[in-house]
Amino acid sequence: MTPIIRAEELRHVYSAGTPFEKVAIDSVNLDIAAGEFVGIIGHTGSGKSTFIQHLNGLLKPTSGTVCFDGGDIARSKEATRDVRFQVGLVFQYPEYQLFEETVYRDIAFGPKNMKLSAQEIDERVREAARFVGVGEELFERSPLELSGGQKRRIAIAGVIAMRPKVLILDEPTAGLDPEGCRSVLQNIVDYRRETGSTVLLVTHSMDDAARIADRLIVFHAGHIAFDGTPEEVFGHTQELLSIGLDVPQAAQIAQALRDRDVPLPESIYTVGQLREAVLAVRKGADVC
Amino acid sequence: MLKDITLGQYFPGDSIAHRLDPRAKLLLVVVFIAALFTAENYLSYAFMLVVTGTMIAVSRIPLKSILRGLKPLFIIILLTALLNVFFTQGTPVQIGSVTLKHVTYEGIVRAAFMVLRIMMLISGTLLLTYTTSPIALTDGMEILFGPLKKIKVPVHEMSMMMSMALRFIPTLIEETDKIMSAQKARGADFETGKLIDRAKALLPLLVPLFVSAFRRADELAIAMESRCYHGDEGRTRMKQLRWQTRDTLAMLLGGAVLAATIVMNVYGL
Repeated sequence: MTPIIRAEELRHVYSAGTPFEKVAIDSVNLDIAAGEFVGIIGHTGSGKSTFIQHLNGLLKPTSGTVCFDGGDIARSKEATRDVRFQVGLVFQYPEYQLFEETVYRDIAFGPKNMKLSAQEIDERVREAARFVGVGEELFERSPLELSGGQKRRIAIAGVIAMRPKVLILDEPTAGLDPEGCRSVLQNIVDYRRETGSTVLLVTHSMDDAARIADRLIVFHAGHIAFDGTPEEVFGHTQELLSIGLDVPQAAQIAQALRDRDVPLPESIYTVGQLREAVLAVRKGADVC
Repeated sequence: MLKDITLGQYFPGDSIAHRLDPRAKLLLVVVFIAALFTAENYLSYAFMLVVTGTMIAVSRIPLKSILRGLKPLFIIILLTALLNVFFTQGTPVQIGSVTLKHVTYEGIVRAAFMVLRIMMLISGTLLLTYTTSPIALTDGMEILFGPLKKIKVPVHEMSMMMSMALRFIPTLIEETDKIMSAQKARGADFETGKLIDRAKALLPLLVPLFVSAFRRADELAIAMESRCYHGDEGRTRMKQLRWQTRDTLAMLLGGAVLAATIVMNVYGL
């Protein structure tokens, strides 16, 4: 099967040819299969934001290619524009992009740019609003007078309304309270379950990444440092810590126990796994 | 793309030109312009060329940057040259047997003079903005215009507004870039279409930009108020401007240059 997104030898240089030249990403090779739930982690300046902006053609590679569904997205202007509707990108703090007079019209902005019929647009707006838990009673309000959390949901709905095959979210929970974080993440998980679309989630929270993603990609200094299932990636606890990244709290505790010679297996990253492993060790100790 | 716009043109460095007091530099630019406009014959022009060259050399600003600064004015310079070549009375130019009726020797000389003058004028002022940070520049201006406070000109408020505006230009450019990307991701098209369509397409960019500009202004006002900002009176500065011997020397040198050009012209050397 063709991967839905493929990046080959991707390289991007900012301000090439000036004293401020900076290589943001270099030799990135990556396949993402349709339907995957990918968590992208890495700290500020690691190249992850640059990378995701290549996936819908907002940035053009300095060298290398990005393919969507087998076709190079930079092959023509039309292809790039078309990919924008197929690969929905929700930026960090998306609430700052709201501009319409009403919530309804703001969510409809994307579908309207796709030149859909009024009926189709209406259907999509209602569906998208339902996915993010925005009630229809808000449709005629101005988005600017709503709370931060509601604005964020409306902005996400604005991208979902295009029914993209791939949904990319850049830190969708940044700056929300714990309750807001949980429910936005739950919305994303539900959305993916219902539509079967591919989701890429950029996040700083290792616990969120470990909990909801099937696959993790770790960016470090413009390269992919690790790529695999959460088990595989969090098996490298020490390497992750050494490049300045966090690991889930359960993995940290497991590492601390291992340092005190408790024989725990590698690749523990959820509280449940930790509990099982610790219980297993205790059982073994009792036998001795 | 948008980030390439150079508004704050400050070119960090540690040359003697960078270390001069901004007040001295502002005054020197005035003196320099005065000298440039007194210079009217070959000798004084040659002298001013040497002076400009020395100034550029002393400031250690790459010649390339100066030329880049001159580029936007290329059309004006060209226009000046053409007008002077064609509209000056005098002896027509002869090439072999062909007489160019409208082109005169005097015109060509005058055009060269004018072009050189404009180029030196811009280079000189560019040096000021290249070697002085915007903040230092507004500080210097505030002090130089200080006496105007006596006739109720709000000098401090004006310079405060100017430094804040300068401070927020890069921030707003970055913000514009971000919002533009976000709207493009939703299929907004800023590049094609008729003029009216394009103007309409800017709405999704301008509305969020205005909203955020007002939000920032609000936040800044609160931040200033919570630090008890209440205008000019009794306010001290973190970076005090100190007039040094080198500033006095630079001013004397500037005066000497002006005197020299006057002498050269008066005696028609």
